[in-house]
Amino acid sequence: MALLLRNARAVDPQAGLDEVCDILIRDGRIVEVGHDLAMAKGIERDLAGKVVVPGLVDLHVHLRDPGLEYKEDIESGSRAAAHGGFTDICCMPNTSPIIDTGALVEYVASKAARVGRCRVHVSGACTKGEQGDALAEMGDMAAHGAVAFTDDGRGVQDAGMMRRVMDYAVQFGKTVMSHCQDEGLVGKGQVNEGPVSTRLGLAGWPAAGEEVQIARDIELSALTGCPIHIQHLTTAHGIDLVRRGRQDGVKVTCEVTPHHMFLSEEDIDETYNTNLKVNPPLRSAADCEALIAAVADGTVDTIVTDHAPHADYEKAREFELAPFGMTGIETSVGLVVGNLVNPGIITWQRMVELMSVNPRRILGIEAVSIAPGSRADLTVIDPVLEWTVTEDQFASKARNSGFLGWKLTGRATDVYVGGYATMEDGVLTDEPMHL
Amino acid sequence: MAFEHRNLIDLREYSAEDIALILDTAERFRAINERRIKKVPVLKGYTVVNMFNEPSTRTRSSFEIAEKRLSCDTLNFGGTSTSTVKGESLDDTVATLASYKIDLIVVRDAHAGAPYKVAQKSGVSVIDAGDGKHQHPTQALLDLFSLRQAKGRIDGLHVGIVGDIGHSRVCGSLCPALKTMGARVTLIAPQTLLPADPATLGADAVTSDLDAALPELDAVYLLRIQQERLEGAPFPSLREYSMLYGMNRDRERLMKPDAILCHPGPLNRGVEIDAYLADHPERSVILDQVYAGVLVRMAALYLMLGGSEDGFAA
Repeated sequence: MALLLRNARAVDPQAGLDEVCDILIRDGRIVEVGHDLAMAKGIERDLAGKVVVPGLVDLHVHLRDPGLEYKEDIESGSRAAAHGGFTDICCMPNTSPIIDTGALVEYVASKAARVGRCRVHVSGACTKGEQGDALAEMGDMAAHGAVAFTDDGRGVQDAGMMRRVMDYAVQFGKTVMSHCQDEGLVGKGQVNEGPVSTRLGLAGWPAAGEEVQIARDIELSALTGCPIHIQHLTTAHGIDLVRRGRQDGVKVTCEVTPHHMFLSEEDIDETYNTNLKVNPPLRSAADCEALIAAVADGTVDTIVTDHAPHADYEKAREFELAPFGMTGIETSVGLVVGNLVNPGIITWQRMVELMSVNPRRILGIEAVSIAPGSRADLTVIDPVLEWTVTEDQFASKARNSGFLGWKLTGRATDVYVGGYATMEDGVLTDEPMHL
Repeated sequence: MAFEHRNLIDLREYSAEDIALILDTAERFRAINERRIKKVPVLKGYTVVNMFNEPSTRTRSSFEIAEKRLSCDTLNFGGTSTSTVKGESLDDTVATLASYKIDLIVVRDAHAGAPYKVAQKSGVSVIDAGDGKHQHPTQALLDLFSLRQAKGRIDGLHVGIVGDIGHSRVCGSLCPALKTMGARVTLIAPQTLLPADPATLGADAVTSDLDAALPELDAVYLLRIQQERLEGAPFPSLREYSMLYGMNRDRERLMKPDAILCHPGPLNRGVEIDAYLADHPERSVILDQVYAGVLVRMAALYLMLGGSEDGFAA
């Protein structure tokens, strides 16, 4: 079956492409990119006014499956990803049980192949049970398709253990991703340590609790030669550490989330909105500005959501008892396009690097380009569509967004995975996929 | 003057006039508390729930006495019978209480912000009787009342607050309220017991040198070392704490002749204060604070529920 996407503005820095053109797809691959293309038989879509980019990737997602399916599962989470405009996601291993064996990687991958609505890449734990005291079977997990290793949600506390993880992981050619949180410094921290923690009487989560481990892991990457990816980086000084490490030749990459760019600790007020309780916490307004500047100048490699679904009743608890995390996969494109691309803070080319090209490079998965021969994994975005974030429109099981009520500009309308539409005109399809 | 506050949670929302009205009203209730029959029917027919989700003896007793003297019907809820112990969420517990058609809830909870949740869920007035490390407004009001009584004014006084400021809901309310009333405030503690951003509390100065600060102070407010809230051992021993920050006979010599000592109780005698000063007839106002607790709580309940004048004109 052929598919012809007409008249969208195609943006792909890998192909040096930024122009209105047609894209012809056959058997899941792009066969031709050009003007006034024709085909004998197939589906034709007029995408005038839209932007088409290589499929977006979110390399930091919590699918909660296995074990915590009441929050989210592979089907609902991947539907949410498709709804948000993503063709690929990488899920985190802090499920129940923790994904720390090949069999568990296989479970996620095979269930995703059966019920998933996007490509699901699996990251495995670095240490058994994310306990931080013994290496997990990274070789077995790699053999079953794990793309990266991380103790996300907790972090590896002991520096000697982290060194062993990196020394061991380097043989598999996979990136080690680091959730930077020094438990000794962070303790029971609830919100950024500073004026807001003081005013609200909540335990502080100091920036240094994150930065000491960023510095540590950059040093360990230099020592071991294992590439390190800093997860959900939130502070201005953390950005400086990455910048300096990179100048020193260390293979360090990093990610930031929309909520750490567009929400700050000042949004947490006397309403004690638990949807704003995230880990790491929302930081100062100056940190937000530094993250946005680093996204623009190339220091940040990728924008991820750290999509962290929770049940309503869990987030309805007292602030100190509610779990950390907010959803994000269905608001990411609107936040990035409306707040970064449209105002000219970043170009469309840079947006594609951040959300499509770089995450694939970090995960070491097949590159996708708007060029003949490439997989037809594409995201179509309406850059001027205005919409309001409301609870009733999420495909995710969860509604714990920190952006409820926000008016966003820009939204993914169509998503193609291997030439199959997972979303058309903003509506999820149930078209069978054969990935 | 009209009193327009629906809740008493964050004293930072109260103007100097609002606070003065509560203190003046408390003063009016003093006369009633000096009578042989200490009960007035001003809140007859109102139902108040004392929801204490965390152990409390003094605050709870003080509220109960205040409520009884105002003739409210009261329901005590909490302790080991709390639904939360049985796994019910705070929201569900409050929704249940609200279904009894009550008029006001007094909330004590271990978690910051809980009184806001209770107010939102119940739809009735809420008085915060202490929430986590956040606020304890009636404690601050009774402290202001005692200060005003002992010194004749609050405006222009220099008050030093000594001790575990970082874990203190008392200081969270008292420090901003003192500023609202025109006092000068110095926070005195080792950095391990200070909050991340002391300036947020509105203090004029922060120091770790009690001896240097003492000669300037009109009132020394000692916070209790709350051993149950101290994590990560912020000082090496009670002995050393007492050596550096404890008020005792030796340190008394550094105080102004007319400076007073306040303490929210319960006392750790020998730690933050010695027996000589705790029981000092001129300097210690600690028991006056306890009495003031009943008066300001009566005033707060009365103003928030809009009580009648019955029995006042005696």
